[in-house]
Amino acid sequence: MNTGTAFTPTPRTPASWSERLQRLHIDLWLLSLLVSIGVVGLVTLYSASGHSLDALLAQLQRLLLGFFVMAALAQVPPDYYRAAAPWFYGAACVLLSLVLVLGDHAKGAQRWLDLGVIRFQPSEMMKLGMPMMVAAWLHGRPLPPSWRVVLITLAIIGFPAVMVMLQPDLGTALLIIVSGGFALYLGGLGWRWIFGALAAVAAAAPVLWYRLHDYQRQRVLTFLDPERDPLGTGYHITQSKIAIGSGGVFGKGWMNGTQAKLDFLPESHTDFIFAVYSEEMGMMGVILLLTLYTLVVGRGLFIALRGHDSFQRLLAGSLALTFFIYVFINMGMVMGLMPVVGVPLPLLSYGGTSAVTLLAGFGMLMSIHTHRKLLSS
Amino acid sequence: MSVPGRRTSAPPPGVQPVSPWRRQAVLGLLAAASLAVLGRAFYLQVLDREFLVTEGDKRHIRTVELIGHRGAILDRNGQPLALSAPVDSLWAVPSELLTPEAAPYREALAQLLERKPKDFEKFLKAQGEKKFVYLLKNQNPEVVARLLKIKAPGVFAERGYSRYYPAGEVVGQVVGFCGTEGHGLEGLEKAHDTMLEGEKGFRRVIRSRDGRIVEDGGSEKAARAGADLQLTLDLRLQYLAYRELAAAVERNKASGGMIVVADVQTGDILAVAAQPAYNPNNPEDRKVGLRNRAITDRLEPGSTIKPLMVAQALETGTYTASSLIDTGNGELAVGPWTVHDVHAEGVVDLAKLLAKSSNVGAAIMGLKMGPEALWTGYQNFGIGEPIQLGFPGEVTGTLRMPQKWRQSDTAAAAYGYGVSMSALHLVRAYAGLANGGLMPQLSLLKRDHLPPPRRAISASSADQVLAMMRGVVSIDGTAIKAAVPGYSVAGKTGTVRKLKTSGGYEDRRHWSAFVGVLPAQSPRLVGLVFVDEPTAGQYYGGKVAAPVFSAVMGGAARLLQIPQDQPVDAAAPQTVSLPPSAATLEPRA
Repeated sequence: MNTGTAFTPTPRTPASWSERLQRLHIDLWLLSLLVSIGVVGLVTLYSASGHSLDALLAQLQRLLLGFFVMAALAQVPPDYYRAAAPWFYGAACVLLSLVLVLGDHAKGAQRWLDLGVIRFQPSEMMKLGMPMMVAAWLHGRPLPPSWRVVLITLAIIGFPAVMVMLQPDLGTALLIIVSGGFALYLGGLGWRWIFGALAAVAAAAPVLWYRLHDYQRQRVLTFLDPERDPLGTGYHITQSKIAIGSGGVFGKGWMNGTQAKLDFLPESHTDFIFAVYSEEMGMMGVILLLTLYTLVVGRGLFIALRGHDSFQRLLAGSLALTFFIYVFINMGMVMGLMPVVGVPLPLLSYGGTSAVTLLAGFGMLMSIHTHRKLLSS
Repeated sequence: MSVPGRRTSAPPPGVQPVSPWRRQAVLGLLAAASLAVLGRAFYLQVLDREFLVTEGDKRHIRTVELIGHRGAILDRNGQPLALSAPVDSLWAVPSELLTPEAAPYREALAQLLERKPKDFEKFLKAQGEKKFVYLLKNQNPEVVARLLKIKAPGVFAERGYSRYYPAGEVVGQVVGFCGTEGHGLEGLEKAHDTMLEGEKGFRRVIRSRDGRIVEDGGSEKAARAGADLQLTLDLRLQYLAYRELAAAVERNKASGGMIVVADVQTGDILAVAAQPAYNPNNPEDRKVGLRNRAITDRLEPGSTIKPLMVAQALETGTYTASSLIDTGNGELAVGPWTVHDVHAEGVVDLAKLLAKSSNVGAAIMGLKMGPEALWTGYQNFGIGEPIQLGFPGEVTGTLRMPQKWRQSDTAAAAYGYGVSMSALHLVRAYAGLANGGLMPQLSLLKRDHLPPPRRAISASSADQVLAMMRGVVSIDGTAIKAAVPGYSVAGKTGTVRKLKTSGGYEDRRHWSAFVGVLPAQSPRLVGLVFVDEPTAGQYYGGKVAAPVFSAVMGGAARLLQIPQDQPVDAAAPQTVSLPPSAATLEPRA
């Protein structure tokens, strides 16, 4: 969408705008890119939800809350995060265990914790807690890490991952593993470990297969052959492929998508919103959106590279790469490149928690970037 | 283990650098993933697009058939005899109604359908995997709309047209009825199905997953409503004829009957009914009485054919109005058979022959004329020729070639046996007699242009016979009960022995018949009444059929405002010269 690019600074006058924002610990690049994506999301949501102003306002409210959280977290110096990491991680672990005991059921899975005042998913908390914890744990240790450090890191990653898997929420567990894994990888995990882990996963696949829940197994089978059950489990993916394909190169135009509007596309405004976007905006829209996401990731990696210490570099790198994984998993799933896992498309999918969590992560990225700048200047 | 890399820019103090390999591996992964997404988008949106668009269209574009409104059937004055009204049917996808979430809807629906919730659930479950089950068929759209209002999942309505026959059984046998598919199965509904049906149209619509029509598509062909069909029937006369016939059948404990009223000049059939009848509105009722017997049943005319025979005798010059015939003792041997009269009439003139309905007299005349002359006369009156009403199941009848006639065949033909026809043949022939010898083309459909009538016989012969036939409806004739107050009536009775299925004739099973015209002095209407197997004692045409004729034709004359030509109180004594002795005689067949 072009509406967002109004915020992009022109190369000639970067100083005034970015400097002013820098003092507020806001990174202009990230802010403008994220706002652009958010606007694209709102525009798409309005169409996907069947012109629901209510949905639009609810999502706008959540995004504003997210941006507010982002701005607030950006004010906190990175060192505080490092110090808080074990506590935050620990609290998330406790809450995750509580979910398994007390959690609410929603659609057959226990993910929510009702604290009376608010209802939230502790697994969202862990999405931030994991990279923080791994980065803090590896911080100050000689890198590449020794095998003992690696083993402990694996335990740090493994425990919450298993808890989330038991809920069961395979998608989130995967993202939590990925975010910890990226931090470990960037910390210099040996190639032997990496290939060993891949081999282990391959060997464990058959065992895992039988440990999967029935619906999870169906999703994998459906991915391998969507025509297997076109009216049942294959329905989602067939419909979303139809929606994307009928968009063509230039799309049908905003609000002109038929698949979502006619209720043929399930979850059209949540996990499958990318299909609605692709139908209406076409391949050009896909390229634009992918470019925006890639720029966000690139900016994140840039911040990581310029991180002040190991913690900052690992945390920033992990957050950026995890964000990309989010995008890739969702788009891949909607396009039929991978099995259906419940991962929302960042800042586009309707739904509150994930947007707020993501923006909170970008708040930390901004904190790392802007505090470094201030110190160095 | 990774190889420690070199950083180009100076790393901040205390920070180990990330190796270029590691960085490049990450960037490579990002690039590969991005390319995968882009490649997939290209594949779906460019390469596979056509296929996916087709698949999508299959899912939401539907072609809806539009049914052309079926034309109405109207009587000659525009009164509706058959009408199409919109009706809705309610149908359901059972599985969608059986989900736990649908339970309250199911119960509400059961209540509105006046079924027990338990039974309703059982009924739905019994449908198995069916995706379409009717809950209500062909109801008033308002009723269905009320049921749709509760918005139960998987419950839909379907629009259709239902056929109504406002006059019910009164015109059932003429109009016929339509089947569930909306095609005519009987009567004029069948005969003129194509014209009434109109043309189907198509509409392309976009449907949502739950079947709602979201948008009307562009390309469509409008349905063309069927044309209305206007009949010659006059519903008022039809009611009258139907009612009187039904009453007569009941009164005489008869097995059936038929009645026809037609315009002698135009040939328009104003009323045609038969018993037993059926109500086309009620599918259960469509088992007996489907035939319109006046059109589809073959019968022998018996004595009702005598006026045609007499007309031909005058036409050929074999006899004149003043000719006298000696019927002797009322018996005549012809070949192996003997022809009987009910009473010996002695010497009669032609008028008395008709008035007393002497079979012996008729046989003598026929034999004197010879088979060819008789055959020619009948043929000129259209016997053995199709009526061409365009009605399904029309009967043509049989008039065998005269070369094959034996003497007994000629004699029998002269008083109406061995010749078969439908009641309409008699109506047409009598119309010819009444219309100065010009026989009109009969029709059930109102015509803009009348086909020219056909000359059956000369005007003078026709008028002479018609004058003689007035004697039938007199104190001295067989059918005084056919008289209509205020009008002169000419006609002929018939008491026809029915054919046995095994061959030969029944002794006790008769058609009681009367065919006549009104007013006799300048005829407007021809009426025919046949009552099948009266068993309540009377069976002579003059006793059973004539009163029906009188009631119906009297009513018709009033309804059509036909000017009276007789003093009202002089209904019974018509002035026809007959020998005084005949006054005491009983009516004859």
